[in-house]
Amino acid sequence: MQVELRGLTKRFGPVVANRAVDLVLKPGEVLGLLGENGAGKSTLMNMLCGLYTPDEGEILIDGQPVHFKGPGEAIAAGIGMVHQHFMLVPVFSVVENVVLGIEPTKRLDFLDLAKAREQVREIGRQYGLEVDPDALIESLPVGVQQRVEIIKVLFRSADVLILDEPTAVLTPQEVQEFFEIVRSLRDDGKAIVFITHKLNEILEIADRISVLRNGEIVGEGDPADLTKETLAEMMVGRPVSLSLGKTARAPGETILDVRNLVVLRDDDRMAVDNISLSIHSGEIVGLAGVQGNGQSALIEAITGLRQAASGTVTYLGEDITGVSVRKRHRMGIAHIPEDRLRSGLIADFTIAENMVLDTYYDDRFAQAGQVVWTRAERWAAKAASEFDIRTPSVFLKAGNLSGGNQQKLIVARELSRETKLVVAAQPTRGLDVGSIEYIHRRLLAARDEGDGILIMSSELDEILALSDRILVMFKGRIVAEFDAREAPPDKSAVGLSMAGMAA
Amino acid sequence: MTLNENLDTATAKLLERAAPGRAEFEDLVVVPLFAVAVALALGALTMLATNVDLATIGRSYVALLQGSVGSLSALSETLTAAAPLVLAGLGLALGFRAGLFNIGAEGQILMGGMAAVITGFSLAGLPFPILLPLCLLAGALAGAAYASIAGILKAATGAHEVISTIMLNLISYRLVDYLLRLPFIQKEGRADPISKSVPPNAELPRLLDWLDPNLRVHGGVFLVIAAVIFAYWLLFRSKIGFEFRASGANPDAARYAGMKAGLIIVIAMATAGALAGLAGANQVLGVLGRTSPGFSAGIGFDAIAVALLGRSHPVGVLFAGLLFGALEAGGRQMQVDAGVSIDLIGIIQALIIVFIAAPILVRAIFPWGFRRGEQK
Repeated sequence: MQVELRGLTKRFGPVVANRAVDLVLKPGEVLGLLGENGAGKSTLMNMLCGLYTPDEGEILIDGQPVHFKGPGEAIAAGIGMVHQHFMLVPVFSVVENVVLGIEPTKRLDFLDLAKAREQVREIGRQYGLEVDPDALIESLPVGVQQRVEIIKVLFRSADVLILDEPTAVLTPQEVQEFFEIVRSLRDDGKAIVFITHKLNEILEIADRISVLRNGEIVGEGDPADLTKETLAEMMVGRPVSLSLGKTARAPGETILDVRNLVVLRDDDRMAVDNISLSIHSGEIVGLAGVQGNGQSALIEAITGLRQAASGTVTYLGEDITGVSVRKRHRMGIAHIPEDRLRSGLIADFTIAENMVLDTYYDDRFAQAGQVVWTRAERWAAKAASEFDIRTPSVFLKAGNLSGGNQQKLIVARELSRETKLVVAAQPTRGLDVGSIEYIHRRLLAARDEGDGILIMSSELDEILALSDRILVMFKGRIVAEFDAREAPPDKSAVGLSMAGMAA
Repeated sequence: MTLNENLDTATAKLLERAAPGRAEFEDLVVVPLFAVAVALALGALTMLATNVDLATIGRSYVALLQGSVGSLSALSETLTAAAPLVLAGLGLALGFRAGLFNIGAEGQILMGGMAAVITGFSLAGLPFPILLPLCLLAGALAGAAYASIAGILKAATGAHEVISTIMLNLISYRLVDYLLRLPFIQKEGRADPISKSVPPNAELPRLLDWLDPNLRVHGGVFLVIAAVIFAYWLLFRSKIGFEFRASGANPDAARYAGMKAGLIIVIAMATAGALAGLAGANQVLGVLGRTSPGFSAGIGFDAIAVALLGRSHPVGVLFAGLLFGALEAGGRQMQVDAGVSIDLIGIIQALIIVFIAAPILVRAIFPWGFRRGEQK
């Protein structure tokens, strides 16, 4: 089944999300759709899968124009989408999730899951998507949940699969397995759209690449003729330097010293199991590991958000194990939280309010119990222009900013104070190349000014690019340490230790 | 140097405030106005459906208007009815902003009123300029203390404030009944539960009784104005108000920014309780002159509607309180002139809230009132 998009345009009020986009999806081919956040990838795909109606242009399936009135019609036509955020019911089993909405029934409306169960197994065998049909979703790792999403689409006999940022939640090993699945789907004659902003991946998996910028297709080509540099330039619209030009730097005094730290989860299970580590001035320590191996709890203990069960955290020679979050901020510990919208900023507050979210009480902004907003606003405007936050005004709600600008707002807030230790969790998750480059440079600059920096990231490439030293966490322990001062260590060795195997 | 200049102009540009958007205006003004209009129309339909003839319906709405704003006495009644609604509504709005759905204004009003009346007759010997503030303070403190129970329960144990404040309301009704039979409080020579009277030197003075002794509007009006200004300052200027709003809008981000969630919950509940307690004191010292079982008369629940209608903004609460006060005053006139039950006013008030809560419905009914565009 061949799908053709012709001159698709979609406007939201005055904003043009897609302008005259032409795209062809062919059976047995992986089309890589590359673009920054906000470039219009999702809008385009939402038109294809029936969620939006195009303002202009048409969609042709095997040469016949179609008009989807809703996602149901797109699915019936054989177009299926695997969303970035899974649409699964956690307390249902795999097969129950797969049949959701098209439940097969016997007489008297009894569910007939036996047949569906067999079909799930069959699809699994055919494409290497093995999964226990009766396992509960919530008990499955994200990589497997993603397989369920794909099975769901295949169960509805889709010939066109749209995969929206599918690798965002996977480990390097899982990504390779996932690519195998994509290839087997392609070889079976499915047309696949692979949406991503990761350059490595698109070069590896795509048979053809289209680059979207500001809602328009700005480049197309064969991966063999394209390099990361040319793709990045097309995507951002200006030359981007992908290498950071990081120079080796001798570490100085100890900034943070963690000894025999034990941290428990909310349900009292062990999250951090007797970890000791130290971070020095002028050093970036990368904390690698598959999500859920205790990295978040470790960071919460360092920043004061979670009490340590035992062990000590020493900062600049002072024991801060029991010290409050506020006090730690004031002592010069900056924290870029893992999830910017959940805990990093307040979407309903203005940029100015967010910019002083953890300094509003300071003498610079407050007197006699009140916040002097004119001062805070002036300061916020200065920080916003210094940190290149693209916004017409600091009185705009932070929720209206793009992800990259939201993250820059947090980075600006945290790094424009007097800091000695920067704890950055997933500092560039879901950001575009331009913002990633910018934030990485800021972190390196902080290092060069003598800050100690701890970076936690599920993107191994990010850890490798920035770190002077890499610690790998697995099941609450540090299982490996790599020196990366002179040259980055072997990626596969780090990847293996992330999976708990000795390097 | 040029780089610095560029940065400076960029900075200056970022400080330009955009004019309030059309969407905001629609949200804050147009939707409530239409909601009131639809509610009044549905009120008329309700009357029609219950065999009230058109002339009576017309007469009743004329009476509603006359009884609320049609004369000096009507205005006085509107203000008198609005005062406790605004005071308690401000307290609830503060709570809502901090993410606390406090249902307990009713109980806090009862406690505040009791404290005010007890202080009043116990210290009757004190001169007016000392006794009145003391009574008001007692009311605010009692309301604050009573609301803090729910705040502390939530902060310490996670008990949900909706449940605990509802239960505290129930406790407060019986507590008032019990207190009113204590010899120390009960009026001498009375068998029914009723308190001693507030001495004249503890009363909120009538403002217009020199024009006509029947004009009930009293000094509580100034209390309301002061409370609106205070609530505005607290929410949008003070440090603690910033913490309230941050905790309400995103508790996680507030915690990450080093704000102490438990402390903020307790302070927010106490402040809300103080304002509700003040509403109780206002009723006792300005209108009732003593307390009797259930003297709060549902004001604490109407105030929830007022706070919601006012979008938890102090100025919005003021206008919403005035509207509800007007409906109440006008409703009484309606009953007298047209013989329509005052319960109809309750229905109209409830309908207003339903429509405020469903702005999309209002937009659908009045498409010409709104700018066309994609829904959020």
